[in-house]
Amino acid sequence: MKKPAALFLPFIGLALAVGALLPGAQAANAEGILKKIDENRVSGNKVIISEMIIHGRRGSRTLRVKSWIQGTDKSFSEYLDPPRERGTKMLKLGDQLWTYYPASDRIILIAGHMLRQSVMGSDLSYEDMLEDPTLLGNHVATINGEETLLERPCWLMSLEAKKADAAYPQRRIWVDRERYTILKEERFARSGKLLKITTVESVRRLGGRWVPDRARFKDALSEGEGTEFVIRDIEFDAAIPDILFSKASLKK
Amino acid sequence: MIRFLCLGLWRDRSRSLFPLLTVVFGVLLTVLMFSWIKGVEDNFLSTGARLGSGHLAVMSRAYAAEAEQLPNDLALTGVNGLLERLGREFPALQWTPRIRFAGLIDIPDEKGETRTQGPVGGMAFDLFSASSPEPGILNLEPALISGSLPRKRGEILLSHAFASRLGVAPGDTATLIAGTMYGSMATANFTIVGTFRFGAPAMDRGTMIIDIADARAALDMDDAAGEIVGFFRSGFYDRKTADTEAGRFNAMYASSPDPFAPQMDTLLHLSGMSQMLGWMDAMLGAVVAIFLTTMFIVLWNTGLMGNIRRYGEIGVRLALGETKGGVYRSMIGEAAVVGLVGSLIGTALGLALGYYGQRHGFELESMMRNASMLMTTRLHTRVTGTAYFIGFIPGLAATVLGAATAGRAIYKRQTSRLLKELEA
Repeated sequence: MKKPAALFLPFIGLALAVGALLPGAQAANAEGILKKIDENRVSGNKVIISEMIIHGRRGSRTLRVKSWIQGTDKSFSEYLDPPRERGTKMLKLGDQLWTYYPASDRIILIAGHMLRQSVMGSDLSYEDMLEDPTLLGNHVATINGEETLLERPCWLMSLEAKKADAAYPQRRIWVDRERYTILKEERFARSGKLLKITTVESVRRLGGRWVPDRARFKDALSEGEGTEFVIRDIEFDAAIPDILFSKASLKK
Repeated sequence: MIRFLCLGLWRDRSRSLFPLLTVVFGVLLTVLMFSWIKGVEDNFLSTGARLGSGHLAVMSRAYAAEAEQLPNDLALTGVNGLLERLGREFPALQWTPRIRFAGLIDIPDEKGETRTQGPVGGMAFDLFSASSPEPGILNLEPALISGSLPRKRGEILLSHAFASRLGVAPGDTATLIAGTMYGSMATANFTIVGTFRFGAPAMDRGTMIIDIADARAALDMDDAAGEIVGFFRSGFYDRKTADTEAGRFNAMYASSPDPFAPQMDTLLHLSGMSQMLGWMDAMLGAVVAIFLTTMFIVLWNTGLMGNIRRYGEIGVRLALGETKGGVYRSMIGEAAVVGLVGSLIGTALGLALGYYGQRHGFELESMMRNASMLMTTRLHTRVTGTAYFIGFIPGLAATVLGAATAGRAIYKRQTSRLLKELEA
């Protein structure tokens, strides 16, 4: 299933989702579409500089983060701004996430109920970051119809999670029929209650790929105007040393 | 006449002993129950004010609407200016900022990795400012179980049970992980210098006490606070004045549409205490009513039994020419004497036990282990002026009413049949 991360990228796990590939052959069925989306999303190494603009009830603030991403399982992020967050680092290895806080010089494993916490006050939770971004294999998909978003023809699809303990048992996605990028996603609880909405606001051609470079992620249960993710720079197939994806690199 | 009735009661114990015991017991329980409920109310108020939101609390409107969730992202800002204004315009109270927050306490091992961690409720008080009233209000010293009180920034106290669960002691380092005012996760290291137990289960399960300057630094709350709490300088909660002051303050901001404008609320209104105290008053009324009804029924029955036993005596008195009204009044007089004496003894015993409970209290820790209310497990009764008559009047009234109801049978006796009844 696709996360905001997948839709968009910026941030650690989020960033794993990068890249919509150029149009491929028309998918003949729902599974074929999911496969195309997954292929677009999973590219080799990426280095991304992005901004997260958090619109809270008291105003907005912007965080800048640099992420190094390898496939879907490994990512390392470092916050560059604002000064209070500068030097905070996050390491994702598979389904585990560690954070390093320079103020306490501690590496903390994000686990248990902390996974439900907001990432830096955004509408994204740590749990969202840790989700397996692969759609095919994790969901049963159905094509419900066609709609136009961002002046692009889209398939409207419903996804049912195969795992009983999935964080979001149901989703609806709007998939660009030519670029296989997800332009909108709604995530639902088992009860059918809407929990999260991701809306792509802009797609750009970067490094030979179609990349959603601005998206808004909204927790449907909270007030505020959601969190914007903006990609400022992206480098595909970047050389990233393996040592970066280790706990030792968090304190460096 | 009164002497005559008293002698009769004294010499014929079967006529007075059981009603007397009933009245004594009923009045005693009423007085004790009243003192107990007053004591519990006091406990709610004093513990709630001391460890919670003071006698009056100022918070932002948005914060107040979700106060139970401790939404520090909606906290008051510009606190120093507001404190100055409160001090100037509401001098009857002492004002001080407080921050409550939720987070995790993480204990590192020798490599700095997580050894253990647990959820914590944090309470930040102004512990070190020269003008802060908090040290006097909190009175932390008697609650200290081990170690010492914080003496400088970076030092914290943990509740004793929580520290034991984490396996830490004074001198150890603890890392606080909590959300900042802006929603980010933040960490800060502290030295545990002591452990405490307030005797309030809600506070003793997993609480840390921290200086407000440390909390502000950790939670990115510069010049901000969840609430500014006020305490009457007299030390006692004055319900009427509290309502007046809250109304006066809120009127100042009535025209402001700002959701973060400050609003003042009273101790009773916060945490639903007002509703709880109303419920307790209703319960007290019900207790008195039940005792009154029970005593009335028992004494009515006693009166009926007495009439049966004294059937002959009453018949002779009527046959000798005493009026039915005279006999009826003498029986009510006897009941009044029993009620008076019983109520006096019951009130005296109830007050004695009430004063004992007021001085020594009753430890109910085993019954309140999982209590979520902010109150201590050692409950004290409180004897008020009302306790002197709360049982006395119902005790006297029930006795007289019981005798009056039972005594109506006298009027059913027919004078023409008295001699036949006596012969039989």
